[in-house]
Formats: sequence, C-alpha cells, structure tokens
Amino acid sequence: MEVREKIQTELTHELMLEMYWIMLLSRRIDERAWLLHRQGKFPFHISGIGHEAAQVGAAFALKRGKDWLVPYYRDLAMVLAFGLTPAEFALGLMGKKGEPSSGARQMPSHWGLRRANIISTSSPVGTQTPHAAGIGFAIKYRGDDAIVLTSIGEGSTSQGEWYEGVNWAAIHQLPVIFLVENNEYAISVPRSKQMAVSNVAEKANGLGLPGITVNGLDVIEVYDAVKSAADRARAGGGPTLIEATVLRMTPHSSDDDDRMYRSREEIEEMKQKDPVNAFRDYLIQQNIITEAAQEKFQSRAKEEVNAAIKFAEDTPYPDVEDASYPVYAEDIRHG
Amino acid sequence: MAEVTLIEGIRQAMDEELARDERVFIVGEDVGPRGGVFRATEGLYEKYGGSRVVDSPLAELSIVGMGIGAALYGLRPICEIQFADFIHPAFNQIVNEAAKMCYRSNGAWTVPMVIRAPYGGGIGGGLYHSQSVEAFFTHVPGLKVVVPSNPRDAKGLLKSAVRDPNPVIYFEPKKGYRLIKGELPEEDDLLVPIGQASISRQGKDLSVFAYGMMHYYTLQAAEIVAEEGIDVEVVDLRTLLPIDEQTILKSVEKTGKALIVYEGNLTGGYGAEISAILAEKAFVSLDAPIRRLAGPDVPAAPFSHPLQDWFMLDVSKIAAGIRSMAEY
Repeated sequence: MEVREKIQTELTHELMLEMYWIMLLSRRIDERAWLLHRQGKFPFHISGIGHEAAQVGAAFALKRGKDWLVPYYRDLAMVLAFGLTPAEFALGLMGKKGEPSSGARQMPSHWGLRRANIISTSSPVGTQTPHAAGIGFAIKYRGDDAIVLTSIGEGSTSQGEWYEGVNWAAIHQLPVIFLVENNEYAISVPRSKQMAVSNVAEKANGLGLPGITVNGLDVIEVYDAVKSAADRARAGGGPTLIEATVLRMTPHSSDDDDRMYRSREEIEEMKQKDPVNAFRDYLIQQNIITEAAQEKFQSRAKEEVNAAIKFAEDTPYPDVEDASYPVYAEDIRHG
Repeated sequence: MAEVTLIEGIRQAMDEELARDERVFIVGEDVGPRGGVFRATEGLYEKYGGSRVVDSPLAELSIVGMGIGAALYGLRPICEIQFADFIHPAFNQIVNEAAKMCYRSNGAWTVPMVIRAPYGGGIGGGLYHSQSVEAFFTHVPGLKVVVPSNPRDAKGLLKSAVRDPNPVIYFEPKKGYRLIKGELPEEDDLLVPIGQASISRQGKDLSVFAYGMMHYYTLQAAEIVAEEGIDVEVVDLRTLLPIDEQTILKSVEKTGKALIVYEGNLTGGYGAEISAILAEKAFVSLDAPIRRLAGPDVPAAPFSHPLQDWFMLDVSKIAAGIRSMAEY
C-alpha cells in the first residue's frame, strides 16, 4: 500500500484501526465458515475473502446510521462495518432462530438489516441496482441529507437491471454510489467474456456519470474515492460509478470448484496481495499499530468468532410455523 | 351523483391520493405532460409537478425496480406500465423482489406500491397491445391482484390499493376505459376494500364469475338470457388475489352451476383456480360440470378484425355459454 499525505487529516489512526478490526473480523469469521461448512455443519457459504478492503473502505466513507446500503452477497465485511454482528451472521449460516435479515428464511449472506438501513437482498443478480436508484430518488424527493451505496460484482453489470438502475440515477442526478467489486470472475466466466470494455468504469461513459477505477486491495484508496463521491452526491452532484479491483481468493461459493477453471498458481499469487495482510503491514510500518497490539487484535478476533459460532450453535432452529408467514404486511408479527 | 367513465374514476383516484398524501407519486412512460397514452394521468402533471408525476425512461423493469426502492424508503409509488403486454421485463422485479420482500425479510421491509397496467383485447391492438396477463401474477403469494369493472370500483379499489401496505397489481380493462360508464357517488373518500368480490346481479339458475371487461359483457348477456327465462347470478370477482372464496362458494351453493368467464388463454388461466376451488369445496352443491369460457389457446389476440373477433369473447358468445349451461 502506498503512503499518502492527504488521508492523514481525514482518517485518524483510531478510525484506521477500526477499519482494520472489521477487515480482520470479517476474514476470520469467513474462514471459520468455510471450515464449518466442510465439516458439514451447514449447507452453504459464499465468501468475501479478498474483497474486505474494498468493502470496509466504502462503508467507512459513508455516514453509518444515516446513509443507506443496498449490498450484494459477497459484502460480509461491508455489513459488519454497518452494524451486523458476527453472532447474527453465524445465525444466518446455520439458519437459526432470530436471524435478523430474514428470520432464517433466506440462504446465508442475503443481507438486510432494518436498524442499519441495509435493504433486504435476494439471489438473482442485478435486481438491487434499480432499488438503489429508487432509494436515491426518494432521498432527493424528501430532501433528506442521506446517500445510498449499492454494490455488485463485475459479472452482474451485464444485467439489464444494472444498466436501467444506473441510467435512472444519472438522468435524475440521484445521490447514489454504484460500487462494482471486480474480482475478474463470475463463478467461472472471466471478465473478458462479460464485457468488451477493458474495465467496468468505462461503462459509465455510455450512461453519463463519472466512472473511476480504484485499487480495491487498498482500503485507504477506496475510502478516499467513496468519500469524495459521497461528498459530491450529498451536495447534489449526482451519482458515481466506482470500480474496485479485488481478488476472489476462494471458489465462488461452497458449491463451486475453481480448479476447473483457474490455476493454483493464480491463487498462490493472490495470497501475496492479500488486502488484510497488506493493511496490517501498512499500519505496522506507519507505527499506527505495534506488533504486540496487532497480536491482540488477532486473539480478540478469534475469541469473537468462537463466541459467535457458539451462540449460533446454542440457538434453536426457528419454529416450523414461521415458514407460513409473513406473506403480506398484515401477517407481520412483531417481537 | 355524476355519470363518469371508468378511466375518469381511475384519474380521480390518483388525483385524490396525490392530494391526500405527499408520499404518493406517479411514475411511468408518458405520464407527465402527455397525461398517459390513455390519458389516465391527464392534468396531474400540471397540478402536482414533475417531481410527483414522473416521466420514466422507456424501460419497464426499472419503473417497477425504482418504485420498489422508493417504497422501501417510505414513499408510495404508483407505477404505470403502459400496456400489460409490456410488464414482462419487470417480471423479475415484481415476482422475485416486490412480492417476496415482506416474507424474505420477516416483515422488516415491505413494498407498499401500486402497479397499474391496462390489459385486454378488442381494441385492434394485435398480439402485443391486447394481452390478459393476470394469471402470471395470481400464482404469486405476496402480491394482490385487482381488476375493476366499473367506475366506482375503479376509483375505490385504486384508492385502497394506494393505501395498501403490499404490492398491488391493478389491471385496467382498457377497452372499457370510455365504454364503461357509471354513477360515481360524491363521497369525500370512496374506498372499496381489496379482497371482496361482489354479487352484481342476483339470480338463482346459475352463477357466472367474471371480472373486468368480461364482467361488463356478462351483465349484458345476463339481461338477454333473462328474457328467455334464465335467471343468472353474476359475481364480479374484483380482487383476484387474495381470493374471496366465501362469496364464490356461497353463490354456487345457491345456484348449483358455475360458469367462469375470462378473456386470457384458457389453459392455466385464472378460471382454472376458481374451478378448482369449486370442485374441492362445493362439489356437493354442483348440478352440472363447472365450465370455463375463455380466450382460445393461441398466443394472443391477432390484429385483423375478423381474426380478433374470433379470439375475443363478446356478449353473444357469453350468452350462448350461459344457455348451454342452463340446459344441462
């Protein structure tokens, strides 16, 4: 990671440590999820390993508690930064009672958290983009001082829904940030078979909004880009498309086998660029964290993950009757 | 009491709801200065401005998709799809997103939204300006599906739909926009509840279930056969989802015969569901096989006049269906 002068004023050491903590926590619980899945504890996991810097940089550049998030399934670190707890994530993995996104009706990592302004999300890709445009429209309609960020993978920018959503925001100059986490793969299909342009940011040219590409392995670079887009959106300057180049260091999901379509050398090379390690090294190098303090972060993360998993394991499954409601708003049961 | 057209009932409903609630806005193609291609939003742009009567890009899925986002934030969108035939690009947004939002979030998020769409044939619209697509949506839990057949219901149901906390698809019989006229009571706030069918004609010999344009024709057919001594009960279904089973069953328990009239394709159409409900729950009351009178199983109504006439049900075809049923 490069050393930048500019960020030192905006990003306090305290905030950078908080960012590192979320990245580390996300990585550790994600790794544990793979392990538990392989042990047969639950049927599915979809991973954000390699995306943490992009997600945390973006989330911290927003006003958490005030701004809105329309994420996609790989955004574990992003939603942790917005307030989902590791225990709540673990409830989702195991489909346990009280899981806050869906009451364990949806598969894991289908985010949604009312208290944190995180919209409920589904599985068909690209559907969330017009929702973000609509939220942006509503923010402007009401004259509220909020913005909305929606994220997506580069493969899903092939969807018409993505184009239509971005188009709306560009026409009406809505306060929306479109973050594309480009990890070069849509399950097995490489970027070159998704688009003829060489990067996703170029797509902004055809839609009439600014488009930039940032190094999504550099949490500070992402923070800076999203912060400036957020400031502009808040001031009425309209939407921005931000492509963050990231690494998908795992198979697409627990049901995928990426040995079918990419080499082990490629995976080994990724490990040299690991964004969580890169930020750790940067913080040590800049004397923002000591080796000893870093070790404490590691052990604290382990404890939190252990506690989250234990909590979820000790929580019962939902009552079977939960499956029958709420189909309509009239059926909602509170409490 | 003033006599107005069905589309005037729709326009008044939107006007009143826009005036009542600042969260309500209209979005769709040509809804602004043009006032809609059928003029359903006539005068509303001038009255409420371009921020509340919003001309959308020519792209149906994002009319619905942005409406969902706006509804999640707390607004009350009325999305207009110019023709029901063009609703299909928005199918994913309606079925996978709007309809499932409440269930999939355990009630944390809901989508209070109306999707208006003119449907139905008989206007020389050919395959793509004539479709009746309601059966695609009545298969989807989480949606409400409404079809008015007269100005009073058109107004009262639309006002209820705007206030409903769920996504409501509101299909408008476009052939009847100006053909169907009726008295509109000068109530301050005319609301017709969603989820209730109505008995629009009392009778004892057989029950005919219909909605929208086919209900209008059925009432006329019922008058014709009445002169021949056949006493028809007509049930205007009005809300297709959720289904008002009680009214449907009660009518057949009284008459013993059921004819279901709908203009969409026969197979897998809405009438199949009514038929199944009657077969399961009113079998002992039935004196004759349940019959469906519906559009033929060709893709949609063809353009050329005689071909369209072949496709479309009309008063005389419905009257013939009633006679044959009465004879059984």
